[in-house]
Amino acid sequence: MEFGLSLEQRQFDDSLRDFLKDRLPMEQLRALAEPGGGYDESLWNGLSQLGLHGLIVPERFGGAGLGILDAAVSAEALGFAAAPVPFAGTTVMAPLAFMHSATEAQQDDYLPNVAAGEYRIAVGFAGLAGQTGANNATLDGAKLSGTVTGIMDAGAATHYLIYLRDGTAAVVEANTPGVTATQHRALDRTRPLVDLRFENAPAEILSAANDKLQAARTVLNAGRVVLAADTLGAAQTMLDRAVAFAKERVQFGRVIGSFQGVKYMLADCVTALEPCRGMVWYAGHAQDSLPDEASLTACHTKAHVQDVARDVSRMTTETHGGMGFTDLLGLHFWFKRIAFNRQILGGPERCRQEAAELQGWA
Amino acid sequence: MDLSLSEQYQALQAEIRAFVAKHGHKSPKVGGGRKRPDQKTLDWQKTLLEHGYVGRTIPTEYGGAGKQPDVMEAAVIAAEFARANVYAGLTNQGVSMLVPTLLEVGTEEQKRAYVGPTIRGDLIWCQGYSEPGNGSDLANAQTKAELVDGNWIVNGQKIWTSSAHYADMMFLLCRTEPEKSKHEGLSYLLLSMDSPGLDRRPLKTMTGRSEFNEVFFTDVKVPESQILVGRGKGWYVANVTLKHERSMIGDAGKMTARLEQLIALLGKTEIDGVPLIRQPEFRDRLLRLQGETIAWKAHNLRLLTEAAQGIDSGVKRMIIKYGGTMLGFRLSSLAVDALGSAGLPFESAGEDAEDDDATTWNIDYMYDVGLMIGGGSNNIQKNIIGERGLDLPREPKVQTAAAVGRG
Ligand SMILES: Cc1cc2nc3c(=O)[nH]c(=O)nc-3n(C[C@H](O)[C@H](O)[C@H](O)COP(=O)(O)OP(=O)(O)OC[C@H]3O[C@@H](n4cnc5c(N)ncnc54)[C@H](O)[C@@H]3O)c2cc1C
Repeated sequence: MEFGLSLEQRQFDDSLRDFLKDRLPMEQLRALAEPGGGYDESLWNGLSQLGLHGLIVPERFGGAGLGILDAAVSAEALGFAAAPVPFAGTTVMAPLAFMHSATEAQQDDYLPNVAAGEYRIAVGFAGLAGQTGANNATLDGAKLSGTVTGIMDAGAATHYLIYLRDGTAAVVEANTPGVTATQHRALDRTRPLVDLRFENAPAEILSAANDKLQAARTVLNAGRVVLAADTLGAAQTMLDRAVAFAKERVQFGRVIGSFQGVKYMLADCVTALEPCRGMVWYAGHAQDSLPDEASLTACHTKAHVQDVARDVSRMTTETHGGMGFTDLLGLHFWFKRIAFNRQILGGPERCRQEAAELQGWA
Repeated sequence: MDLSLSEQYQALQAEIRAFVAKHGHKSPKVGGGRKRPDQKTLDWQKTLLEHGYVGRTIPTEYGGAGKQPDVMEAAVIAAEFARANVYAGLTNQGVSMLVPTLLEVGTEEQKRAYVGPTIRGDLIWCQGYSEPGNGSDLANAQTKAELVDGNWIVNGQKIWTSSAHYADMMFLLCRTEPEKSKHEGLSYLLLSMDSPGLDRRPLKTMTGRSEFNEVFFTDVKVPESQILVGRGKGWYVANVTLKHERSMIGDAGKMTARLEQLIALLGKTEIDGVPLIRQPEFRDRLLRLQGETIAWKAHNLRLLTEAAQGIDSGVKRMIIKYGGTMLGFRLSSLAVDALGSAGLPFESAGEDAEDDDATTWNIDYMYDVGLMIGGGSNNIQKNIIGERGLDLPREPKVQTAAAVGRG
């Protein structure tokens, strides 16, 4: 038994973190966040060189063939940096959708391009995921119609992959007649939300799964775990910064970290947040290797980590006093990242409702 | 990441399952450890010792099985006994705190005299640390011991001493070098609870039971050799003990077991004919606790792995007592809310009896608050997390009071 990250996982994590630290100093993050598109070509290409885009794509299609645990570790690093990168949707959920819902030939058509970073496929759910907004889409043969709002990681998408209520997936090219994409800058300026309207848009249908709904759920579960990991990383940044600030800021002739009121807020943060890391790892591992626990741990992890992170984001902002409330410090990028992730792919209430259903309690 | 057990541990698992199948029926009831072990418990302890499931790493010359320390083995054993709902052996202050301390710093004579009887359950210990005026500020203990003609003469008072009413021996923190500084003036003595001049008075707690005591010392004689390590080394020894008190990682198993009981309770309790588990407000609280418990379990797996690899887990370990007692209290809180008004009228049948749901949960609900206070209060834990874990500055010192206190 070894419940921890392997040497290779830690090395990859280190190189990803080094890269992001180097490429995303605060001024750069600000500059990238302003347009709110959630994508930067040079950052994307740099990540391509690290091999991030093919992380979970099977080796036979040019990827690294790793799992959701690896994706979660990378997501934590991206959340830590508040990186404007369409990771959860494009790098994790999209290839996973192909791996579970598509034929071998369809995988062969798309996955090598995903691994190369050429295709950026955003994933949306018409129902299933528990998001507010409009989410209805229907197929007429191979033509997709309807409206799906609030799609993450779609700012620079080359394709949209929409899961319908029955678990069938439809892949539509962006910039095709019949597809209208409206991009919104969101609360979290590091990632936009996109609303899609389809009018008889030509679609490639993915329906190769034996159990189509289960395939959709597998993709949703992975998305939730990866968002929870991103949230964990963002909350860790806020905590690290608050601890550092508490050691520097002086009031009443003392550094504020020596006040128990401050110390206890931070002790509460670490006591709640640190177990979230084990939880995210466990849930990631469950997606890869413990099918019986995959859905339940995904629901609980998304719900619990988001609740903990809400408290951490509040208390660490408070620790910074008035400075924390300013734009100047930039702490708000992480606050908003956490707040954004909470509402995507189902908030805690929805996730717990599903956890109840999974156990026959609803 | 690998949650599978290697062959060696699978073999141990199979061995324990066979053991439980053969002997499990002789196990006393799990839980209810706040009393002197009865004959059934002592017999069971003996069986466990013979099979090396307790005292596993204690050298054979002191009555153990003499195996190499292996946290994974310990975890497998704990998990298997918990799974089978079979008593895993005594975990009192003697077994869990004094024995590891003796093995670490005791003399050969002390180890031979005390380790064996303690792990067999024949010798019960209590911890004489807290005093009426010095709880969190433990290093300020004032109970005095003076060396007169080859004996320590002890005078003073201890309080909140768990198990003192039935203990045979006490490990005592007392002041032997009054002229020295607060921390350097303490010594650690081992003494008989039957010593003349020692008076123990059970102290009733909020649970209605007397789990702890006041202990008064009037010219109590303790042979000079009954000191651990040496004069003025009491603070050092006390910290060795506290390290063992807090390094019990078994907590997550207890939380998981409690959660299971809670799920069962909410499944069988109804209001207006609807089980609580189907009532959204109750169900939501249960689900939150289920999420927290999963996180706690994963965190413990992480600590276990780090311990097996010889890594010091730092702040990840320091959060265990604070986080664990808070989770425990939230679990028992939901249980008493589920029991509701029907759970209010209960009569404790005493610690030796098997209690019903209402008594068990209501007493746990109160005892969980006690756990937040005892063994270094949660505020003290937060000081430790902040100062040692996050490296935040200490409170400025005022006169003699230590800012961090216990531990
Ligand atoms: C169930 C139970 C079993 C026990 N068993 C034993 C036993 O077997 N042997 C033994 O020796 N003792 C035992 N104790 C005593 C226990 O160790 C003390 O009660 C504990 O250390 C707190 O000390 P105190 O009661 O003097 O409270 P105080 O130290 O007076 O604390 C009162 C309040 O002030 C807070 N406080 C104190 N100092 C600080 C600080 N520096 N920063 C922030 N807050 C602070 C505390 O957190 C607490 O909330 C037991 C207690 C309980 C409840």
